[in-house]
Amino acid sequence: MGIQLNEIPDWNCCGASIGYGGGGELPRLALSARNIALSEEHNPGQQIVATCAACWLATREAKERLHDDQQMFKDANAALAEAGLMYKGQAEVRHMVEVLVDDIGFDALKAKVKKPLEGLKIAGYVGCQTNRPFGIAGESFENPMYLDNIVESVGAESIRTYEKKVQCCGGALAFSEPEKSQEMIHGIIEAAYDNGADLITTPCPLCQANVEIYQDQINEKFGTKFNMPVVYYSQLLDVAFGRSAADAALNGQIIKAKKLEDIANK
Amino acid sequence: MSDLNKVMIEKYRTSFLREVEANVEEGEWVKMCMQCGVCAGSCPLGKHWDHPPQEIFMMIRAGKRDEVLTSDSMWMCTSCYNCIARCPRGLPITHIMHGLAVYSKRLGLAPQKQPTAEFSQIFWDNLMKKGRVNELKLGLSLYFKDGFGQGVKNAMANQKLGQNMMKAKRMNPMEFFGGHGVKDTSGLQKMIKKAQEIEDAKVQGKG
Repeated sequence: MGIQLNEIPDWNCCGASIGYGGGGELPRLALSARNIALSEEHNPGQQIVATCAACWLATREAKERLHDDQQMFKDANAALAEAGLMYKGQAEVRHMVEVLVDDIGFDALKAKVKKPLEGLKIAGYVGCQTNRPFGIAGESFENPMYLDNIVESVGAESIRTYEKKVQCCGGALAFSEPEKSQEMIHGIIEAAYDNGADLITTPCPLCQANVEIYQDQINEKFGTKFNMPVVYYSQLLDVAFGRSAADAALNGQIIKAKKLEDIANK
Repeated sequence: MSDLNKVMIEKYRTSFLREVEANVEEGEWVKMCMQCGVCAGSCPLGKHWDHPPQEIFMMIRAGKRDEVLTSDSMWMCTSCYNCIARCPRGLPITHIMHGLAVYSKRLGLAPQKQPTAEFSQIFWDNLMKKGRVNELKLGLSLYFKDGFGQGVKNAMANQKLGQNMMKAKRMNPMEFFGGHGVKDTSGLQKMIKKAQEIEDAKVQGKG
């Protein structure tokens, strides 16, 4: 794709969307400010690109808050000074989807396809944090189409009207409130079956995990027989661009994406 | 009752709204709510809230301090941002809910054993040790939060899940003996300590 990603040296966890309860406001913002400051120092002039929805959201949110609130900007820098760092807040913070959709574009993605994912019917599950509150420019919060467009760019059939596209999976509450979260996850998987999907794909790592790994427990509770593969969207691109099943990390699936593996092994 | 709670009751006797505006993250937005209820209808866990955000906002203005701050409602937030995306007045509702939850916890008013409040603290403490989350220890701390007996029960109930994750190489049992972290742990911890001091001073009116 002609893009080089450079790791932010000594990056730290952003606190995700659950850290607030332990960290409050400034300590939480300081975590993201540290990552931005490290990037500004070591990768000057470069954009920050996150592949995780929550990392992107926390980092971008911190940048906006520290921009809008001058006192918070000063306080964050007073904290960062303890670690010998300085936050300027100049680096642009983006999600990998923005790079793929806005910088590269669907046509260029299509041109890279060596093994079209023909015969696969895919429910594009966007979830929450890649979509709200920032979202992808020009897309609707209620019915974003970019994931369907990515799915179609790699030659698969997308379910454009998948009704659980932006439904919450529970996020971190899948750990603390499993009953409430699994009820929502049940709906996400059920709707994929109702639409005849072979698999679900998502741009959010936590959605991927939550929707895939609790299917045994959901089956036990709801008397269902769910066995729906859930893959991260980049795994679709990997296979379509001709990489092996192992390179696409398909051996990391708990529910095997058999049809996708077959295309990779063709 | 915590000392800080007593101080706050005394200081803001006439107005809980002012207390929220001064001490809660994004609290200055509360008065902008026009009671349309879109947030209440948009929340994925809406049916589990004793008081949806719209009600919380009106209760704050009505001075229902105890009812708001002892409520389990704010801890139902999954951070899905649906309420923010849809609020016609542009209130940062997600952050206000997080802010109220944290403030109630700081005053010692948050409900005991609230699972998300507990998990959130476990997550933060885990992250603070090395600057990155140790997912294996995070899971185990959550299972064992109510003691050893309950922990073994929880771990057994989730045994297959753990085995699946390890088989797929998505969780590394060796994390138990260390796991990844930042190099500058001491710098990160000093930074957080300073940030906490600044935040504490602000809430106690010393900032």
